[in-house]
Amino acid sequence: MPKIKLPRKSTHIDMTAMCDVAFLLLTFFMLATKFKPSEPVEVLTPASTSTKPIPEGFMLITLDKTGRVFFAVDDINAKKAIIQQVNKEKNLGLSDIEMINYVNGAGVGVPFSQLKAYLALTPSKQTEYDRSKATGIPTDTTASFTSNELAYWVMTARYHVKSTNKTTGEEEAGRLAIKADGEAAYPEINKVITTLGKQKVFRFSFITDMKGVPPGTALAAERAGQKPE
Amino acid sequence: MAEIEVKGGKKGAPRIDLTPMVDLGFLLITFFMFTTTMSKPKAMEIQMPFKDEKLKEEEKNKIKNDAALTLLLSKDHRVYYYNGIGDDPTKPPEVQVTYFTPKDGIRDVLIKKKATVKSLITQGILTATDRPVVLIKPDVNSTTEDLINILDEMTINGIQVYAVVDITPVDKEFITATEAANPQ
Repeated sequence: MPKIKLPRKSTHIDMTAMCDVAFLLLTFFMLATKFKPSEPVEVLTPASTSTKPIPEGFMLITLDKTGRVFFAVDDINAKKAIIQQVNKEKNLGLSDIEMINYVNGAGVGVPFSQLKAYLALTPSKQTEYDRSKATGIPTDTTASFTSNELAYWVMTARYHVKSTNKTTGEEEAGRLAIKADGEAAYPEINKVITTLGKQKVFRFSFITDMKGVPPGTALAAERAGQKPE
Repeated sequence: MAEIEVKGGKKGAPRIDLTPMVDLGFLLITFFMFTTTMSKPKAMEIQMPFKDEKLKEEEKNKIKNDAALTLLLSKDHRVYYYNGIGDDPTKPPEVQVTYFTPKDGIRDVLIKKKATVKSLITQGILTATDRPVVLIKPDVNSTTEDLINILDEMTINGIQVYAVVDITPVDKEFITATEAANPQ
């Protein structure tokens, strides 16, 4: 019987093309990636249907699930001014290094009585402290700056953090965002909201995860471009 | 002339095995894919009502009982609701309970309320400018998640007038009474 003789081909595949693809993708991810910013504590935010991106330069109040409150500001210049004012008004006697540690750190979650000791730690040690020992900023539903330290922080920070109104171009007091854990009890979040209310801050944002719009609802119709009834 | 025989015949470019390089490439891709935050968190804007004590009484009077729906957020993500603002002690409202479920949950209650208000407008009981008003009263057992979920439901169902207010002792009684009436 005649045998069909197949030509022997090498099993070697040219990897060059695959290599090109791999590195193209790699370059894309490297350029597109934005590392998770350092956070004082881990917070699992609830989801909402909002699609608004978080604007820059927000003052952030973090509430973790046990009800500890942290306060953070983004802007470095504002941070410098804030810590100087806090140091002067609260007579904390902070050294220059401690103030720099505040500026470089993520945020504060301790009462003023512990602030000096806390800021003596380096930013990485601060994060460790936040996770385990920090008690949070004392907060209640009053407007008193002595018992409600969050009110003091908010007032001071709002004086220094300015944001430019996109439509009018005017400078206005910085906006506040609340990042709250879904499991945090309502009285805890109420304390934060009431504190803001007492400072005449009635417009603020909650930071949430994304959630799809349920079909057949008024919002779904609005997003689809129909006029809401 | 003696020819030098080159082994392997014609000589091409030296081949480099690229397999390890591809491996490395994909390994790094995997790393970046895991560390990257694709779904950026979003900001939900809310406007809280002015909590001026003087204004409060006037605001309360403005709310028409027929257009109002009161929601009481309580433990285990329960939502107790009743029509009206529940300020008439002689006529206690009928308190019902629901959950944040996508079906037969609080969303259906809100949609029904919108329809009711609409039909009341056509009947002439409410004026054309009236909108459904939702009062949200979270109690101590509710969580932040409940609050954000309910605010989100307002956006989802296109309810423009709503307010988060403090729970009253009367409302707390409604919750205990409903709980006692429906043992789990």
